[in-house]
Amino acid sequence: MTLLYILGIVFFIVVMVRIMNVINLSEELSGETPDEQIARETPINAMGLLIFLGIGLILFFVTIKAYMPYMLPEAASVHGKQTDFLLDVNFIIIIAVFVLTQIALFWFVWKYKYRKGEKAYYYPHNNTIEVIWTVAPTIVLAGLLITGLKSWNEITDNQRKDGMNVQIYSKQFNFVTRYSGKDNTLGQSYFMNISDDNPLGVKKEAAAMDDKIANELHLVVNKPVMLHMNSQDVIHSMYLPHFRTQMNAVPGMTTTFYFVPTITTSEMRRKLNNPKFDYVLLCNKICGVSHYLMNMKVVVESPAEFKVWLAGQKNVFAADSTLASGSATTQPLTIN
Amino acid sequence: MDTIQTLHESHAADAHHTHHHEHEQTFWTKYLFTTDHKVISKQFLITAVFMAFLAMGMSMLFRLQLAWPDVKMPFLESLLGQWGKDGKLDPGFYLALVTIHGTIMVFFVLTGGLSGTFSNLLIPLQIGARDMASGLLNMLSYWFFAGSCLVMFISLFVESGPASGGWTIYPPLSALPQAIAGSGLGMDLWLVSMIFFIVSSLLGGINYVTTVINLRTKGMSMTRLPLTIWAFTITAILGILSFPVLFAAALLLFFDRTFGTSFYLTDIFIDGAPLEHIGGSPILFEHLFWFLGHPEVYIVILPALGLASEVISVNSRKPIFGYKAMIGSMGLIAFLSCIVWGHHMFITGMNPFLGSVFVVTTLMVAIPSAVKVFNYIATLWRGNIVLTPAMLFAIGLVSFFISGGLTGIILGDSALDINIHDTYFVVAHFHIVMGASAIFGMLAGVYHWFPRMFGRLMNKNLGYIHFWLTLISVYGVFFPMHFIGLAGVPRRYYANTAYAGFDNLVGINELITVFALLSGVAQLVFAFNFFYSIFKGKKSPQNPWKSNTLEWTAPLSDVHGNWPGEIPTVHRWPYDYGKPGHEDDFIPQTVPFSATPGSNRPDDH
Repeated sequence: MTLLYILGIVFFIVVMVRIMNVINLSEELSGETPDEQIARETPINAMGLLIFLGIGLILFFVTIKAYMPYMLPEAASVHGKQTDFLLDVNFIIIIAVFVLTQIALFWFVWKYKYRKGEKAYYYPHNNTIEVIWTVAPTIVLAGLLITGLKSWNEITDNQRKDGMNVQIYSKQFNFVTRYSGKDNTLGQSYFMNISDDNPLGVKKEAAAMDDKIANELHLVVNKPVMLHMNSQDVIHSMYLPHFRTQMNAVPGMTTTFYFVPTITTSEMRRKLNNPKFDYVLLCNKICGVSHYLMNMKVVVESPAEFKVWLAGQKNVFAADSTLASGSATTQPLTIN
Repeated sequence: MDTIQTLHESHAADAHHTHHHEHEQTFWTKYLFTTDHKVISKQFLITAVFMAFLAMGMSMLFRLQLAWPDVKMPFLESLLGQWGKDGKLDPGFYLALVTIHGTIMVFFVLTGGLSGTFSNLLIPLQIGARDMASGLLNMLSYWFFAGSCLVMFISLFVESGPASGGWTIYPPLSALPQAIAGSGLGMDLWLVSMIFFIVSSLLGGINYVTTVINLRTKGMSMTRLPLTIWAFTITAILGILSFPVLFAAALLLFFDRTFGTSFYLTDIFIDGAPLEHIGGSPILFEHLFWFLGHPEVYIVILPALGLASEVISVNSRKPIFGYKAMIGSMGLIAFLSCIVWGHHMFITGMNPFLGSVFVVTTLMVAIPSAVKVFNYIATLWRGNIVLTPAMLFAIGLVSFFISGGLTGIILGDSALDINIHDTYFVVAHFHIVMGASAIFGMLAGVYHWFPRMFGRLMNKNLGYIHFWLTLISVYGVFFPMHFIGLAGVPRRYYANTAYAGFDNLVGINELITVFALLSGVAQLVFAFNFFYSIFKGKKSPQNPWKSNTLEWTAPLSDVHGNWPGEIPTVHRWPYDYGKPGHEDDFIPQTVPFSATPGSNRPDDH
């Protein structure tokens, strides 16, 4: 088999060399001067570029229309609606610039293609024009910058206290969630406390006693949530594409993301006319061999449904266990 | 310093100087351990071509996996052995392929290959110097590069597999062999290879800057330098400033891996046991890495833009529009590139205010980039455009630079980046703006300066075929990728089967892979043309493109020392194309103003 491949390659090279020799010979025989050759070949390629531009632009818009249904559905969070709007504004501007500059580029090549015996227009610089096309993009960018930063500051405002505190704990290769319970306070966790009975290494303290852990992320519609991300091994990333939400989980620190889900799973299923639809939490930072399999089901539901679901989840510590703790949990735990 | 003085003395017309060398050349000193910049540039180019084909072949393998994840391909087993068992690509090796593809393309092809080839070839020839300031450093620069390529290549054959934590090698993944097999011996070799590479890059960079500052021929003021030289110089300075930081990052990672230090590691529980590393920060590595990593993308693109400036001006038969604006924007891009690295880290948990600062600096890069694009288009306007293969590739570069640059505005906007960070949208963006664009610049350079390197022309018709197939297939690969990203698909996924929402995208992935295979075929046409023309190409005339720059005044039959007699003196800037009042449409830099009374203008310099 290998021999066949090698023979194939050798045959290919021999044929190519033969063809090249024929081409070179015929060019020599044609007696064309280099200028004549340029004058003959340049319009062909220039026309090619023009056709490429035309077909390319048509395909550009056709593809956008064809692939639109496969894109993410409407944002299911408050800030997501805002960033989607900004994204659309950005796209309109860059598509306009894209189309105009590409047309100018390819059209000029066609229009000013080689004419034998003629000279180009000697035009080395023009400071006014330079200033105009420095200032114009600056103004447009300033507009995009200001609107972008305004929503960035709103999205990342960590001072808000009204969110339900939920920990998303990541490790190779799955996520675990921990709910803060009635007190809305998560007990601290520390990696030295990790054991078979305590997979998240939660400290046995008052705040942790009502904490519950689960293997799904359930959220209450229209109720703010503050996610606290931790990782026990490598960097992971918590990506919730339908909520336009993403934050890395880094060992040794807690990262947070605050948002408000607005569409329940069942409502989204109706909207998309897809009874099997589910929200998903994906790992979006390369974390090992099974990175592509690391994800978690996300459910957005009514307060009543949420209450029922949460009641069915396991407590971090059994109700009868005492607060008094062994030596492993008495060391300082304030890594966050 | 001695070398520089020696070369200065040789400036003073020692016509016999070169002949002494000719006699002493053996095969070893002429082709391998040579100090001649022209030969070193060929060494860089040919090494880079091999590495490029290796990395491209890897991309074909993982594209096959992404398009047809369920199809068994028995040839994988014969090619990869245990990593292609039963015709299925191993998920761990998939990550290794992605990692090594990125590493080779970014560092070995587009940094070593691009800067190494063209800075070496063009700096002495275009500024009018007999050679680099230090031939010895130059030789070492190549051999460190070759060594680093070799170590990277060897790492493909270790049992635990090559490095596979992504080309950005973020710890803790890259620091812990327990986390991924590729972080074993493969990662050690990756780090050793990279340290060699950095040494090579620094030796080269110092040499380039020194040469440009000290060895310009008489009359070659800084504002008479071709834009290629400006681009190489700015690139070299950028490399000198940022590569040492990568060196530090790599060294500390090596310590963490080998000596148990905790620069990047803390609070880790893996394989059923806590590790002893306490107090480090994985984010520190990201800062150090991207402090190089972002300037690096400009180290990749600036030389390509420099080559394109020259090729576009020559083939439009018209001066480059806004010569000084071009220099200014390159300088500004280089400066800004050093203070934008945080835009790779918006969602790492970095302080959001710091994120805002990086948004401002990042979007500012768009301004000089836009100026450059407008200047290219203005150069084409009312030109007399000759479409050589080099010119076609340069036009392709501008097209990709626009397409890829514009999506950067979205990615640089932190609020919008949240949802597309690390998705295929990013993959599409950087492959177009620094991958395709820089490769097109490099190919333009190869077609344009091939006669200068080998004394022969590459076949034009094959060049056209190569261009058209590549242009179509590169857009075919990377344009649809934006949609996959906007559909929320993360990059570096072995398969998109884990989430039902991605099932619709199979068709797009197949389309991309078909175009990727087509682009591979197109590069075979190039490879054939390249190697065939080295030996059998048509002999080139002395100045095949009717250029003004000095490299075309030196005999194409390479002499050590470049010019057999005295080094030419420069009297004008390099862009006097299509000047009214002169018979020809070009006036080489060596022609004094006194010889062209009809065409002189008050703003000539």
